[in-house]
Amino acid sequence: MKNATNAGPLSTALQLRDVRKQFGQTQIIRGVDLEVSEGERHALIGPNGAGKSTLFHLISGRIGLSSGDITVLGQSIIGRRPFEINRLGLSRSFQVTNIFPRLSVFENIRCSILWQTGHRYAFWYGVANLKSVTARCEEVMEQINLHQRRDTPAGVLTYAEQRALEIGIAIAANPKIIILDEPTAGMSRSETAYAIDLIRRVSEGKTLFMVEHDMSVVFGLADRISVLVYGQVIASDSPEQIRGNQAVREAYLGQAEEQSA
Amino acid sequence: MKRLAIWPLAALVLIALPFVFDSGTSLTKMSLMCIMAVFALSYNMLLGQTGMLSFGHAVYYGLAGFMSIHALQILAGPNASLPLVMVPIVGAFTGLLFAFVFGWVSTKRAGTAFAMISLGLGELVAASSLIMRSFFGGEEGVSADRSKLALWLGLDFGAQIQVYYLIAAWTFVSVITMFAITQTPFGRMANAVRENPERAEFIGYSTQMIRFISFCLSGIFAGIAGALAAINFEIMNALSVSGAQSGAVLLMTYIGGVGHFLGPILGAMLITALQISLSDYTGAWMLYFGLMFILVVMYLPGGIAGLIMMHEPVFRAGLLHRLIPAYLMVSAPALIWLAGAVAIIELAHHALVKAATEGPQLVLIGLEFSSRTMFPWTIALGLFVFGAVSCGKVWPRVKNAWSEIHSLMKQS
Amino acid sequence: MLELLLFSSLNGVLYGMLLFMMAGGLTLIFSMMGVLNFAHASFYMLGAYFGFEIAKHLGFWIGLVAAPLLVGFVGAIIERYGLRQVHKHGHVAELLFTFGLAFVIEEVVQMIWGKLPVDYRVPETLDFVAFTMFGTTYPAYKVFMLCIAIGMFIALLWVLTKTRVGLIIQASLSHPNMVAMLGHNVPRIFMLVFGGGSVLAGLAGVIAGPALVTQPSMAALLGPILFVVVVLGGLGSLTGAFIASLLIGLVQTFAVAVNVSLSDLFQFLPFNPKNGSVLGDLWSVTVAQVAPVIPYLLLIMILIFRPTGLMGNRET
Repeated sequence: MKNATNAGPLSTALQLRDVRKQFGQTQIIRGVDLEVSEGERHALIGPNGAGKSTLFHLISGRIGLSSGDITVLGQSIIGRRPFEINRLGLSRSFQVTNIFPRLSVFENIRCSILWQTGHRYAFWYGVANLKSVTARCEEVMEQINLHQRRDTPAGVLTYAEQRALEIGIAIAANPKIIILDEPTAGMSRSETAYAIDLIRRVSEGKTLFMVEHDMSVVFGLADRISVLVYGQVIASDSPEQIRGNQAVREAYLGQAEEQSA
Repeated sequence: MKRLAIWPLAALVLIALPFVFDSGTSLTKMSLMCIMAVFALSYNMLLGQTGMLSFGHAVYYGLAGFMSIHALQILAGPNASLPLVMVPIVGAFTGLLFAFVFGWVSTKRAGTAFAMISLGLGELVAASSLIMRSFFGGEEGVSADRSKLALWLGLDFGAQIQVYYLIAAWTFVSVITMFAITQTPFGRMANAVRENPERAEFIGYSTQMIRFISFCLSGIFAGIAGALAAINFEIMNALSVSGAQSGAVLLMTYIGGVGHFLGPILGAMLITALQISLSDYTGAWMLYFGLMFILVVMYLPGGIAGLIMMHEPVFRAGLLHRLIPAYLMVSAPALIWLAGAVAIIELAHHALVKAATEGPQLVLIGLEFSSRTMFPWTIALGLFVFGAVSCGKVWPRVKNAWSEIHSLMKQS
Repeated sequence: MLELLLFSSLNGVLYGMLLFMMAGGLTLIFSMMGVLNFAHASFYMLGAYFGFEIAKHLGFWIGLVAAPLLVGFVGAIIERYGLRQVHKHGHVAELLFTFGLAFVIEEVVQMIWGKLPVDYRVPETLDFVAFTMFGTTYPAYKVFMLCIAIGMFIALLWVLTKTRVGLIIQASLSHPNMVAMLGHNVPRIFMLVFGGGSVLAGLAGVIAGPALVTQPSMAALLGPILFVVVVLGGLGSLTGAFIASLLIGLVQTFAVAVNVSLSDLFQFLPFNPKNGSVLGDLWSVTVAQVAPVIPYLLLIMILIFRPTGLMGNRET
């Protein structure tokens, strides 16, 4: 289950140090310390309202920290805009589908790789002849099983297809760190199984950080699990340790395992 | 590949048009249509392609026009450094310069704030036209004589036919370039920014930079349009930087359709044609434009191009003929409704405005009416109401025809 | 000098309050419905024209009450049958709809009342001098306008803070979606706010008409400044709109009184640009001539240094 890495100490891909975030008087994140090693598959679980999505927004630059620090691949992200963080090699998906509705599936994927493939803001050559770009798009569409819907406007896709596209946009540019916010939300059992298989494949050799509610998914996929409760990480360990952790059981797992059983 | 055939075809049409419509007024009309087409396309780079609504686009058109007219004055003489055919480059650079400076400030915000900023900047420039009289020429504007420049291939461009070909050539080059830009990585990302500016940031792009580049590129082509206008009319006045001119290009582009590349061209041609001919027939033509605009905004947000392109998949599926009966049925009530509306507006306009100067008789479609009596009013209202009601009765047929087509297309 | 200061301050505050009568309604409409009503200044114009017409037949005082209500009625109809249709096409479409509306209203007004200014006069009961200071008179009508504006402000404050509807409106200033989710009849509140905003704009028109010129271009002249006020104050902030209105009102009024140009200030310099050049124009233009443009300069400054406006907290 663990990703094979080169010999030597594991370096840190993502590090959160005493991260705090408050909106007005309300504290949402109350001092989070978290470390995700390179090549690790790390799951974040916790009850609703714990602040998981907020943490994602902080890491990806959508909102700013109140205090503390977050480093991505060794670089602090404080004050950086989302596109700057993305260019460092971190790519995210959204819990509420956030695609480009009137662009086709193909166009959606293509736009998400244009920066990383070096095309930047070029307005002096056409995009249709870029063979490597097109090839990569075809590859990603095959992976997310949407090659049949290549030219369909993304807004017309079914919910599950849109969730697949959401993942596709996040992984298309071969980011070093992939963070997925509840990628299987609203999917059926078979769709979830397919998505998890896809996530496992594309995160091979990369760092994965994801939020999930489905415990079978979490325990089957993750190398390490962190538990976020009420804005604080109460445990961060291997799946077996987490399963046996008393505090985690009381706060969250006890109820969750009953539900998904 | 057969889509590429449209360009040589368009070039041929542009070349051939003066042979079909050879009167002086037609040449002027076609020249103006070309200029407005470039202007509207430049505007759509912002609105249709990047999702930026600007109320001050005339600034780049007008300022470039003024710079060009001054250039024409400076370049007058047999040993000019620049021939007339190259003057639009002056316009392009001016448009770019001002778009760069103003764009840097404007693109700090997006959405409604951006729209308001563009309005404010537009007003700023328009108001400056009264302060900087040396550049803007005050009330009379600035004029020049384009035939005084150095000869180019033996031509002095005094005649309208020569100017038409100059304008047509520049229009062709501009249109093809603007289209090409939509097919570039930048062009694609501009669409992405339009669709979901937030997500675009998370895939590595600064939306502000995309918008800024869009703004600059659009300034270039607005500038070319301004220069062509200066060459065509040989005079520039403060109207060309005014809010009215900005409103006009917005109207044209939106009515033509912002969702398709051809839309602004259609809108420019239609509105220009109407502007020139309608004002001969009725004094209320501005009111018609405004009402047409509102109707498009309310019921036809894709504009005319959108309406046409809606039929493209139907045409390709070979089902277009199924719509014809319903369309025919609705056309008669629609025309009656339209006639009623026009009659009401014309009667009102005449009664309120013209009667004072022209007397109580109004000539409408060749017949004389008195706008002061009840008779024509009852007819007009009757037509309007009858048209509206019968349209409403027949409209379900159109809807049914469309749903039939949709289900047929789903099956195939 | 002191007299200039005093009278300019009075006039500046008056102009600012007039701007706020309109900018306030505009901010409320924008905050609740997300649409910046381009036709807001047109409602101001309709108020003046309706006031004029009613005053011709029934007297100024009836016009003062009836005209704003009539404008409010027109606004409510427009919201119910026009804006609501366009809502489903998005914010851009709504903005364009109001833009087209402003255009059409101006054309219709021109058609009915003509292109020239109409003779909307100050009523005789108010046509006297309120006070004289340092030899300059101050008309009672302006004091009357100030009283109405302040009265409206107090009424608005009372409605917003003391009534249920007001509290709902306040909530929607910062959290419009939440208000809808709480089950309030949002469409009806929309109509109320749109109509209410129109009433305020119309009232501003009724009282401003006799003092300023009542002509078909009055909406187009005031409209852009209104938007500058709203952006300057920060979209969505009523307090910001108030401060921005007073600021622009005072600045413009003071600027008009200043007949100084750069060439006056820097007379001692040997620098003397030619009269017919661009630099010459800029050098010799007086502050008074630039006055109409100052709001737009303020707009650009605020955008460079503080893009969200003086008190803005919401992104558009």
